[in-house]
Amino acid sequence: MKRLTDWLLPLLVFLAALGLWEVLVRVNEIPHYVLPAPSLVGRTLIEDWGILSTALWVTLTITFQALLAAVIGGVGLAILFSTSRVVERSFFPFAVILQVTPIVAIAPLLLVYLEPRQAVLICAFLVAFFPILSNMALGLASTDHHLIDLFQLYKASRWKQLILLRLPAALPYFLGGLRIAGGLALIGAIVAEIAAGSAGQGAGLAFRILEAGFRLNIPRMFAALVLISLAGILIYVLFTMLSWALLSRWHDSARERGL
Amino acid sequence: MSALLHLRGLGKSFAKGAEALADLNLTIEDGEFLSLLGPSGCGKSTALRLIAGLMSPNAGSIDWVSGQPDIGFVFQDAVLMPWASAFDNVWLPLRLAGLSREAARKDVEAALDSVGLLSFAHAFPRELSGGMKMRVSIARALVKRPKLLLMDEPFAALDEITRLKLNDDLLRVTAELGTTIVFVTHSVFESAYLSNRIAVFSGRPGRVIKTIQVDGPRHRTEDFRLTSAYAQACKQASAALHLAMGEPA
Ligand SMILES: Nc1ncnc2c1ncn2[C@@H]1O[C@H](COP(=O)(O)OP(=O)(O)OP(=O)(O)O)[C@@H](O)[C@H]1O
Ligand SMILES: [Mg+2]
Repeated sequence: MKRLTDWLLPLLVFLAALGLWEVLVRVNEIPHYVLPAPSLVGRTLIEDWGILSTALWVTLTITFQALLAAVIGGVGLAILFSTSRVVERSFFPFAVILQVTPIVAIAPLLLVYLEPRQAVLICAFLVAFFPILSNMALGLASTDHHLIDLFQLYKASRWKQLILLRLPAALPYFLGGLRIAGGLALIGAIVAEIAAGSAGQGAGLAFRILEAGFRLNIPRMFAALVLISLAGILIYVLFTMLSWALLSRWHDSARERGL
Repeated sequence: MSALLHLRGLGKSFAKGAEALADLNLTIEDGEFLSLLGPSGCGKSTALRLIAGLMSPNAGSIDWVSGQPDIGFVFQDAVLMPWASAFDNVWLPLRLAGLSREAARKDVEAALDSVGLLSFAHAFPRELSGGMKMRVSIARALVKRPKLLLMDEPFAALDEITRLKLNDDLLRVTAELGTTIVFVTHSVFESAYLSNRIAVFSGRPGRVIKTIQVDGPRHRTEDFRLTSAYAQACKQASAALHLAMGEPA
């Protein structure tokens, strides 16, 4: 019973909001180039599925490629940082500079040097990279020092200490970073695409929004927006489930509350 | 009894100027149960970490009579890997020595059995009570059958009943193995009940101001608390502790 109301109620509220929107548009006879009704957005989603699905695929591909690169780079660099304070001090400023500079400001510069697709990929990578690096570095550094003592007592090699101790201890932090980075990679890809404004085969959802805007095809703008939101939700749910699968047996973040 | 190691003129100070130990002299006999008793901050934990080789002294030396043996260490908290089952936690020392899970199975199960937790081999630390976690920690420290076991206030965080039970289990298990134990505690009664010898530390910087011999067998049971040897040890230890803290007894 409790479980049912847990998701049924939010769903009903959501449907009610859509219904209200539909009614307002119809009663006030708002033209579709100002505000399309949800039903029209739904219809556009189906009718334009060919174009939109291709664009969605492009955006998702870039997002996940960027994320993969961010995971490899972020985790690798965090491990490197954890081995030496000198390395950390020397390179961390670069990571911070990249992090604090808004991606919209970097994108035009990258577009001077690179193909649009590569520039978009790098923008998405840059925003996803930092949360992974900083969370992973924090995770590696917060390993229980008594456990480190124990590994030292048993003369474990640095490698064994990394594999058997530091990486598992950092896993919850990493997964937290990954969840943030997933959403950010999508945002980075969208923002960079808007800056690039690239057309043709490689056009992602953001470009379709720009294009539909020029043509005053407002329903398609909405349809593309819906897909971006859905992609964001999908990424979030995916990583939340991954977290749950990896941590539920042992970590407190996934502890049953005994309700 | 023969000596296992000598601490000679041991001194340790930290970067921030805190001098933890100064001129610590102590001989640890093979097979004895030795308690270190002293005021808070007098360097007992530091002494254990020096013996374990987890840090090195600024002065003096640690002389192993016949080479440094395998050492087990038990901390105040259980210090288990939360992502690993009880079995895998106990396996760790053997795993780090290169033994596969299968090769280690017999020893790991024997260690878990000796602390009464064989049926919890697959439980994760989070599913165990504080006392059970401490038992796993002891099983882990003993799985390689180390010659020397260092324990830093291992039962301080446990409730009284669990603590008494663990005292008895510790005596039983280590008497079977013949393990030498250096046991840090704040409790006069605990040290008198467990030890063959009590070394009382002065306030910081720590050194041994008195050692007290406790007469009685290595393996004891509850009725030892009724003996005059126990009462005598409690009395001497608490007098020495008052002296260490600079108060009249
Ligand atoms: N890593 C460290 N860096 C700086 N000072 C330290 C460090 N470890 C211990 N000390 C200092 O050395 C002194 C002795 O510490 P230690 O932990 O050995 O005492 P202790 O006898 O175990 O105390 P307690 O009974 O409270 O556990 C303390 O004053 C402490 O502040
Ligand atoms: Mg201590």
